[in-house]
Amino acid sequence: MTVLSLSKALNEGMRKAMEDDPKVLIMGEDVGKLGGVFRVTDGLQKDFGEDRVIDTPLAESGIIGTAIGLALRGYRPVCEIQFDGFVFPAADQIITQLAKMPMRSLGAIKLPVVVRIPCGGGIGAVEHHSESPEAYFTHTAGLRVVACSNPADAYTMIQQAIRSEDPVIFFEPKRRYWEKAEVDTTSTDWWLPLDRGRPVRQGTDITLIAYGPMVKTCLEAATAAEADGRSVEVLDLRSLNPLDAPLVMDSVRRTGRAVVVHEAPVNSGFGAELAARITEQCFYQLESPVLRVGGFSTPYPPSKLEEHYLPDLDRVLEAVDRAFGY
Amino acid sequence: MTLDASRGAQAPPELVQLLTPEGERVEHPDYDIDLKPEEVRSLYRDLVLVRRVDLEAVALQRQGELGIWASLLGQEAAQIGSGRALTDADMAFPTYREHGVAWCRDVDPVKLLGLFRGVNHGGWDPKEHNFHLYTIVIGSQTLHAVGYAMGVQRDDANAAVIAYFGDGASSQGDVNESFVWASVFNAPIVFFCQNNQWAISEPLEKQSRIPLYRRASGFGFPGIRVDGNDVFACLAVTRQALKNAREGQGPVLIEAFTYRMGAHTTTDDPTRYRVASELEAWKLKDPIERVKSYLFKNEFADQAFFDSVEGEADQLGADLRRRCLAMPDPGPLAMFEHVYSEPHALIDEERAQYAAYLEGFSE
Repeated sequence: MTVLSLSKALNEGMRKAMEDDPKVLIMGEDVGKLGGVFRVTDGLQKDFGEDRVIDTPLAESGIIGTAIGLALRGYRPVCEIQFDGFVFPAADQIITQLAKMPMRSLGAIKLPVVVRIPCGGGIGAVEHHSESPEAYFTHTAGLRVVACSNPADAYTMIQQAIRSEDPVIFFEPKRRYWEKAEVDTTSTDWWLPLDRGRPVRQGTDITLIAYGPMVKTCLEAATAAEADGRSVEVLDLRSLNPLDAPLVMDSVRRTGRAVVVHEAPVNSGFGAELAARITEQCFYQLESPVLRVGGFSTPYPPSKLEEHYLPDLDRVLEAVDRAFGY
Repeated sequence: MTLDASRGAQAPPELVQLLTPEGERVEHPDYDIDLKPEEVRSLYRDLVLVRRVDLEAVALQRQGELGIWASLLGQEAAQIGSGRALTDADMAFPTYREHGVAWCRDVDPVKLLGLFRGVNHGGWDPKEHNFHLYTIVIGSQTLHAVGYAMGVQRDDANAAVIAYFGDGASSQGDVNESFVWASVFNAPIVFFCQNNQWAISEPLEKQSRIPLYRRASGFGFPGIRVDGNDVFACLAVTRQALKNAREGQGPVLIEAFTYRMGAHTTTDDPTRYRVASELEAWKLKDPIERVKSYLFKNEFADQAFFDSVEGEADQLGADLRRRCLAMPDPGPLAMFEHVYSEPHALIDEERAQYAAYLEGFSE
């Protein structure tokens, strides 16, 4: 067991992937000598060289477009988008090319490209540095969309994403980069498949469903709710596309109540998809409507207001209370 | 305000030309080519056959057998010249109009029809031909080409990449980003811009204040304008640029100055935005007629040769038509295939549900 921060776990995972496969490349803005603005690629260029850890010009469409070309030539690029709000210049290459080219080729082309996106708020940043754009990508067929929430998953999931033959949008909860936990880097026996979620706390009365940065918030809410005598189950989805539907449905059928929590706006957010699917598949077991806690239908506010925008322990608990009010 | 006086039939002085519209060989100080008579006959055959493929496809569209077709009429020399400059190891990234380049890469013409007929989005294996799938969104493929070239560089391979795009695409961010990338990484790539004067209805003045080939200098690599209706010049200039790229001298932009003699696609009506006299002027510079004149005047080919090529074209057209009509429609569940390369629970679920739904109608 090694104690790693989430960012270091990603770094170690990428290092392992690069050692295992000489075709794995890192690309992005400032990923070389600087090691990325969050230092996630720290030291990789020093050890693997400028041909494999590529400081790119500052143009996100160019990063993804050239990564596609490298993948066509047999490489496995791991692209860093510096911040969530900077992914949109690359949206066309991701949505129109990366996601659709394999089907366009009738299977002749595989595009094993990973797009790493530090996501979410809570770090007091300026505009465009705190967004949660996952729903744009879960809506796009051809992409796998995952989000890690802790160092152990960060270490395994980044390696699995790199090995995947499909393009993977990989969300990293930037406010959790510095949180540490034990990671077993010596064995792969404990690894979960990339498209599977995980129950992170068992409970019997209600299911909290989260991913990325909100998993920790939900775990704290579950602990607090226990004091009120409520047994709260918490699911870490890990994969949004595809969704681990059996994990979600089995849990909600047992508890009869569900609250989805994400930082992204509730309106047309990923929680809407979950609420609809749970309602379709667990209708007769539900004791209350599926509730959603998330950001408001506003642009991400200035950081002095972000504590009001972001779901926190109290807003999650308030939703739990409402669920029991039906 | 006319900022680029080079439009229309008047060729600007900096144009590389080796064969005049009248079929006269001319010298150029930097570019020359030594073509044996059989090589010229072979180029002539290519030009005629791809024009025939194109004509047949237009007819198929008019008869409702294709949903749409993007004609290459007028651009045969640019495509055959550049396409024949490629080695087997070189890789080409086309737009959706490079039927002539596809021909040079041995892609069966009937495979080009799949996406226009609506049976698939692209029906050939790019690796088999070193010819990528058609890209419809304007300019996106130039970045793929540069990335591929960066891979060639890392493989230390003796190969170059060619990226096709048009005058309209020169305004796209992706094309400009691809110039930046290629320049900064010294990628082994040739940017081949077919300036056919029209981006659907928009003339070149809507895209640029300067001749397009001069854009390259701002990015730090050479730009050359070639007579795009001169197959000799297109072959010579592209061959040299590819050689430079393979030898590590980095990117080159070639602007093939040509003319879209037909509509943008079969849905377009050029009479709404351009005058007939412009087309008439360009017809005098036809890319095929000048090669025919050259062959004839120099007695490199006789009437029997021209007749045999026409006969071959007729057969090719008839065969293309027959095989287009015989192309099977995909089954309804085909849409679920190849969305992902690895198993995907949601796709599997929806495929099964829709199959069951269809099964409900079977009784």
